Amino acid sequence: MKCYKEKVFQAVTYTASLFTILALAGILFSLFREGLPFFNRVSLSQFLFTNSWYPTHELPEFGAWALIVGSLYVTLGALLIGVPLGLGSAIFISEIAGNRLKEIAKPVIELLAGIPSVVYGLFGMAFLAPLVREWFNLDTGLNVFTGSIILGLMIVPIVASMSEDALSNVPKSIREAALALGATKIECIFRTVVPAARSGIIGSVLLGFGRAIGETMVVLMVTGGSAQIPKTIFASARPITSTIAAEMGETVVGDLHYQSLFALAILLFGITFISNLITEMVFLRRSLR
Amino acid sequence: MNRRKLYSYFGTGILGSALLITFMFLLVFIVRMFWMGASVLSWDFLFQAPKQAMTAGGILPAIVGTFWLTAIAIGIALPLGIMTAIFLTSYGKPAWLVRVVKITINTLAGTPSIIYGLFGMAVFVSMMKLDVSMIAGAFTLAILALPMIINATEEALRGVPRDFHDASLALGATKRQTIMRVMIPTALPNILTGAIISIGRIAGETAPIMFTAATFYSRLLPKRLNDEVMALPYHIYALMTEGTHAEKQVPIAYGTALVLLVLVLGISSVAMYVRYSIRRKRKW
Amino acid sequence: MVKPSISTQNLNLWFAKQQVLHDVNIDIHDKKVTAIIGPSGCGKSTLLRCFNRMNDLIPETRIEGKVSIGDLDIYSSKADVTSIRARVGMVFQKPNPFPKSIYNNVAFGLAIQGKYSKCDIHSRVEESLRAAWLWEEVKDRLHSPAMALSGGQQQRLCIARALANNPEVLLLDEPTSALDPQSTAKIEELCLDLKKNVSILIVTHNIAQAGRISDYTAFMYLGQLVEFDHTEKVFTVPGDKRTEAYLTGVFG
Repeated sequence: MKCYKEKVFQAVTYTASLFTILALAGILFSLFREGLPFFNRVSLSQFLFTNSWYPTHELPEFGAWALIVGSLYVTLGALLIGVPLGLGSAIFISEIAGNRLKEIAKPVIELLAGIPSVVYGLFGMAFLAPLVREWFNLDTGLNVFTGSIILGLMIVPIVASMSEDALSNVPKSIREAALALGATKIECIFRTVVPAARSGIIGSVLLGFGRAIGETMVVLMVTGGSAQIPKTIFASARPITSTIAAEMGETVVGDLHYQSLFALAILLFGITFISNLITEMVFLRRSLR
Repeated sequence: MNRRKLYSYFGTGILGSALLITFMFLLVFIVRMFWMGASVLSWDFLFQAPKQAMTAGGILPAIVGTFWLTAIAIGIALPLGIMTAIFLTSYGKPAWLVRVVKITINTLAGTPSIIYGLFGMAVFVSMMKLDVSMIAGAFTLAILALPMIINATEEALRGVPRDFHDASLALGATKRQTIMRVMIPTALPNILTGAIISIGRIAGETAPIMFTAATFYSRLLPKRLNDEVMALPYHIYALMTEGTHAEKQVPIAYGTALVLLVLVLGISSVAMYVRYSIRRKRKW
Repeated sequence: MVKPSISTQNLNLWFAKQQVLHDVNIDIHDKKVTAIIGPSGCGKSTLLRCFNRMNDLIPETRIEGKVSIGDLDIYSSKADVTSIRARVGMVFQKPNPFPKSIYNNVAFGLAIQGKYSKCDIHSRVEESLRAAWLWEEVKDRLHSPAMALSGGQQQRLCIARALANNPEVLLLDEPTSALDPQSTAKIEELCLDLKKNVSILIVTHNIAQAGRISDYTAFMYLGQLVEFDHTEKVFTVPGDKRTEAYLTGVFG
């Protein structure tokens, strides 16, 4: 009787684990089932490297290059804002701040991570965009610049909490050694602690990248949405995710436009998968050392 | 010497200002949200359905919809996640399966939420013919929550000292008894913290429910699992991007955002407080 | 009597409300090896860390009294803590090389000061590695990671790193407690060689080690300096019962 219960329990845990695998398999299966037929009609190179996205025209065109570039621009912009702020905050919290400030700052940053993306989107759309329009005298504040700022602030807690972890894992003895040799606090931080935490910091940046490029609501609401390659940072852009979200409603299940959006999703999945893979390799190398 | 001191002040200043800017942003954000949101907040806003094509009335259906979506999703994901974490920490055989499961979890955790939305639409809505419904959305959100819950539970279980585990086995308990009576109860506060944090995340997700569960406008509360539902995050998005009366819709959006924000941040502060007090109490 | 290199006057130290050092008065002799011994928790490491102000890093530390190196009062408001630490080398209990190359470890102290040319640094690195008896073992792999060295080599690297700043005093905080007997012996010999150029203060748990290498021995108990004299005298005719009890192993 006892033995039977043991077996059942173990079987349940196995089944649950298999379910996780099933979920990922289901995601892959659905993406490819709906997305792959698209490439029977449009060639891969045309999809990736041509530059006109007119899915609803009489003679529809599916060149996603402008969308890919849009995603990359906004993500790059977000990293330019989010990484210095996040990393700077992490270093300050971990190395300079006293215990009091630390106890306040860490939960505050964690709180920032809990804000839903649609609320960031609302804030960007209704508060920041009008300000940007006024400051820079533009027709609209919904553009790459505004989107990057909001998205950048959104990845601050991701970058900050992970690099803070990496920094606090650097042994205290290394800091003591540097200070005992007559280094100032800042020299100690930038010449020994940060280099020692390098792989964790790189990991945090990659994680921020994956999060930014996969984020939907903020870019959907804030970057404007014209499917052109943005010429300036104040031009509007339409990243991959917002294209999927904005156009899915207009499609008919199974038509070419529907399939093209799944093809975009395959592309997006590929990008995030590779960035995850690199992150993991960075960590694996560290744990081997 | 002087130059080194200069660098020192300069560096500290730059690092400090990074933190300061982050704080300032949060301050502006919170103040703006409360300022704009509070002006429309009232009992009627919380307990009435929307009226006149979303330009007036309240958000009760969206609150109820978000509650059910989140509750069902967590109800599905929590047992599955805990069981998977038990497999990873306590059974862990065969080794290749553990590796595959871990890679799977990491991949799922890094997958953008819009892809979950497409998956839910293709599988639950179309293939399983659940249509755009509460249950399809809840399934989608459950899968989204799964990696978060597994990771939190795994960490909690690994935090239980090996001695407890060994002592239980040495007293003649079986592996299952050890897990259920020693490991899980000891790790429970941390597991719950993880679960609460994922509730906060799930409640705020928009992209996964866009095509699987959410509807723009409904006067009625959801009654059955296969009803379309309103949800707070989607409601904010819809108010900002659809409809024609921006001047009336934007304040309602702020109000809805404030309700969502208070819910989500409230939930995560509870989790943070719980974790903080556990850390204080436990000495091992 | 030779001019003392380090001296303290009525040094008292508190961590929060707990007093760790009581009225310590000691004059460390120049170019000698001084051992500080005593049971665990007697404050010997804390005393050592007063000499390069490493206790500053511990929050809620309060210090009264005077510590001077040469003519400089190191706790006066005019004293610059980084230049003090550059003048006083320190080696810790566990070898703690930076996760950098061997060369960059030794060059660190000079590089941060930013006033030395590449060429100067290069020759200082070689000199220091030679002085720490490490040069022959590492000269062919100066740019490989320091973490790959053995424990004893790492500790000698830490000594070389401290020597590169050309310090007047070298503080060794139980430098051999994490090492095997062979590496320990090597470091002990090295100390005897180094005292030609630098005053050495060594905290040790190992009474025999103190006997082997030190010229002077200080015995500390419960935060007080009980006895300080020539090592031979302390070991053969201790002036205090507590010293005798400790040396004969009654407590420890």
